[in-house]
Amino acid sequence: MSLIDLSGNLLFVAFIAYLVATLLFGGSIKQGNATGKNTGKWGKLAIVVTIIGFLSQLGYFITRWIYTGHAPVSNMFEFTTAFGMFIVGAFILIYFIYRLTALGLVALPVALLIIAYAAMFPKEVSPLVPSLQSHWLTIHVITAALGQSILAISAVAGLIYLLKVVDLTKPSKQRFWLEAVMYCLVVVVGFVAVTSTFSAMDYESSYNYVDKEGTTRKIIYNLPPVFGMNEYEVIEEHGMSPLVEMPALINAKKLTTVVWSLLVGSVLYLLIRLIARRRISAIFQPLVKRVNLQLLDEIGYRSVLIGFPVFSLGALIFAMIWAQIAWSRFWGWDPKEVWALITWLFYAAFLHLRLSKGWEGRKSAWLALIGFGIILFNLIAVNLILAGLHSYA
Amino acid sequence: MEKIICACGHSNPYGTKLCEKCGRPLTEEEKQNKVVDMRYDGMAIRSKTYNKSFVDKIWNFFSSVKVGISLIIITLIAASVGTLLPQEFYVKASDMEKGAYYADVYGTFGKIYYTLGLSDLYSSWWFQILVGMLAVSIIVASLDRGIPLYKSLKNQRVKRHESFMKRQRIVAEGQVSASAEETLDKVAQKMTEMKYSVRRDGSALLAEKGRFSRYGPYINHVGLIIFLGGVMLRLVPGFYVDESIWVREGETRAITGMEGYFIENRDFILETHDNTPQGEQVKQGVNVVAKNFQTDITLYKQPEDALPGDTENLEKVKDYSIRVNHPLKEDGFALYQMDYRLNELKQMNFELINKTTEKSLGKVEIDLTNPKKEYDLGNGSSVQILVYTPDFDGFENGEPQTKTSIPNNPAFLFKMTTPETPEGEVSFVEIMQPPLEPLGENKYRMKFASAEMRDMSGITVRKDSTIPILFVGGVIFMIGVAIGSYWNHRRLWLQVEPDGRVLMAAHVNKNMFSMKKDLDAVTTFAALPPYKDQLEKDEAGEESTTGGIKEKEGDNTL
Repeated sequence: MSLIDLSGNLLFVAFIAYLVATLLFGGSIKQGNATGKNTGKWGKLAIVVTIIGFLSQLGYFITRWIYTGHAPVSNMFEFTTAFGMFIVGAFILIYFIYRLTALGLVALPVALLIIAYAAMFPKEVSPLVPSLQSHWLTIHVITAALGQSILAISAVAGLIYLLKVVDLTKPSKQRFWLEAVMYCLVVVVGFVAVTSTFSAMDYESSYNYVDKEGTTRKIIYNLPPVFGMNEYEVIEEHGMSPLVEMPALINAKKLTTVVWSLLVGSVLYLLIRLIARRRISAIFQPLVKRVNLQLLDEIGYRSVLIGFPVFSLGALIFAMIWAQIAWSRFWGWDPKEVWALITWLFYAAFLHLRLSKGWEGRKSAWLALIGFGIILFNLIAVNLILAGLHSYA
Repeated sequence: MEKIICACGHSNPYGTKLCEKCGRPLTEEEKQNKVVDMRYDGMAIRSKTYNKSFVDKIWNFFSSVKVGISLIIITLIAASVGTLLPQEFYVKASDMEKGAYYADVYGTFGKIYYTLGLSDLYSSWWFQILVGMLAVSIIVASLDRGIPLYKSLKNQRVKRHESFMKRQRIVAEGQVSASAEETLDKVAQKMTEMKYSVRRDGSALLAEKGRFSRYGPYINHVGLIIFLGGVMLRLVPGFYVDESIWVREGETRAITGMEGYFIENRDFILETHDNTPQGEQVKQGVNVVAKNFQTDITLYKQPEDALPGDTENLEKVKDYSIRVNHPLKEDGFALYQMDYRLNELKQMNFELINKTTEKSLGKVEIDLTNPKKEYDLGNGSSVQILVYTPDFDGFENGEPQTKTSIPNNPAFLFKMTTPETPEGEVSFVEIMQPPLEPLGENKYRMKFASAEMRDMSGITVRKDSTIPILFVGGVIFMIGVAIGSYWNHRRLWLQVEPDGRVLMAAHVNKNMFSMKKDLDAVTTFAALPPYKDQLEKDEAGEESTTGGIKEKEGDNTL
């Protein structure tokens, strides 16, 4: 078995371990004690399996690093996978401070979704362009991802907090938005499901189209085309023809992916609602019924406190040092840079609101969720939609 | 303003909430609270005390955390708007065409975006004012709160009044069986063991740990201000140089912005990865991935006493290979490999031949950057260049026009003189085109023989003397954030009456979880009465939707 195959297998083992650990965490909560704190056998087993998964993924990371010769954080697949790993790492860290099993019930599925999302991107090892050939790639990207992962744990705590406190029996804005968060999670599942299904079928349709500069280019769809590119012409088509042609400004292929994900996600969501006959939030609510709210609030706040300095160091300071070396200026208002600044400003506002306005509990939990939303936006939308110097994937 | 005299006799400045000496609540509001507001330890805060003069009003505006947060949020939203479309400096269009570019590529939205100035948002006056206001807010708010907080923490008394202790979040009250002295000793011993510094005053004890963490936010604000100040220094002439130059292979030229220095481009090297394109590379139609962009250069310096423009007697400074991520650093300047152009025409070689016999009368080698006026072929023949257009772009009024001065598409108007045609024949020659003969059929023509190419390196010349300042600001910021985040300020007050009655209170600015571990340890060790968290809800109870949050003293490092 070559090193890169070994690497892939280790990642697979990690994925399975996280899946099993999620179920075990679920079991430990069902078995239950008063606070959701770990004392039972299930909880111990769950954290052991989580750590095995984490070590296995660390193995993936190291073997891939050795194979490619650079830190495996240089494209969408590598970075997103590493982000998932760091979330699990941050969870383990926070777990050993607070011993709250309920956290695992949300942190691990979030990490699973992120790793599954990552797996939808090309996994090939690609050589580095000159601007990425620097030790700062390792230093900057890993520190930034680590900071983001610790910040993500505050969203995990926030989500559990809200699942417990939001009254799901009466219609309210909070009930709506909480369910919207759940729906988003299902849409990610939809994306993974539809992408991996068609990829397993080796689906491909190819077209020529005219881009916004007026050049003719070729594009390959890996999902049946719902939208056609600007002035597209069929090269090879399977299953269906595009229903609508889009102007040059819009990437119809990406739009097709978004629409497929929403479609499959919505169908999944409706199925869940039909079978369970209640909201997804309501399915989870009983599981977190006994969690200590003050402890959750404390964890949410603490993880921002731990993560914020790490994020500042990695995503701003190290980023500026590298930008000065590679691009001759430490700051250039590239979309990725701007969104890192926005993330930083947001968490700065979070801390100030909490310190001086007493925004704790619910408000703090919602802010933590919004913060995680910004982090994901910077990861997904900025790379895929807003073109800039960082769109390496 | 009149002083507030506390029941203990201490005279406090106007605006004080908790007596500086004994901690008794001084305002009606604090007297009502179950748990006192421990932000700034109850000191008089300028912005909360005066609101009369114009200066007060400005001060109060900028010191308000609410205003500060609003400024952060506004800056955040404004910054995000600037990422909707690429900013102007990333758009490849000349300044004149930019408006049209946005309208063309992004339609009506692009046109509005450009017209509103959002395409150059980050250098707009209003965005810079926003950042400036944020800076003022940071300075004012830090001074407003930092100084009183520092004074109060420095002058802490050990003994506090009961009304102060009972209004802390953590309170314990009860009897101990051991003697007062013994209990105090035990508590002091345990707290010292846990790295608290312990002070005693009769029957009272104060154990304190991590006070410096309260200064973290102020330290990081100082770092931010130094950073922003550094950025503003750029506007001062001489602090900041940003130029870009093109250097052709073999050429030696002055470095713009770097007085007295010359650069010779010895070789430009482009290497690509030797890989089979796959995955994303195929999808994007990229066949090769670049591996290295490199310019081998020699840096020269004029001697001290040289006249400007004197390129004789240059002194060699060093040889260097400028690569991406490896700029050349010299004398506070850095030279970056930023761009390149491959295969620019350097020299074109022609032969003067007889059209019918194809017999050559000699070779003409034309240096395209510096062509000669006339080339003498020796045998009584010569070739004159009447007109040279480096980048031919058609005729206008019969005159050949050039688009740029870069030899992308050179064209020549030759005058060929031979012994056979002493009057000379005129011919217009353009690459890949048959020659034009404006003055009638010629006997001779210029036959294209070969061309020599060379590469060009785009080098960015940068000097940024503000960087050390920014670095210092960044380091101070990180130190401040780290000590404010990773440490916390814990205090424990204890009073034991001779009859064994104990009153204990504790405060922590954040991370109550760890504080309680310390409290558990000391309570067990010294057999103190169990403590109560006055803000803790009943285990089964929901969070209170109103009130509760407001009266929370919470975490209050600001």
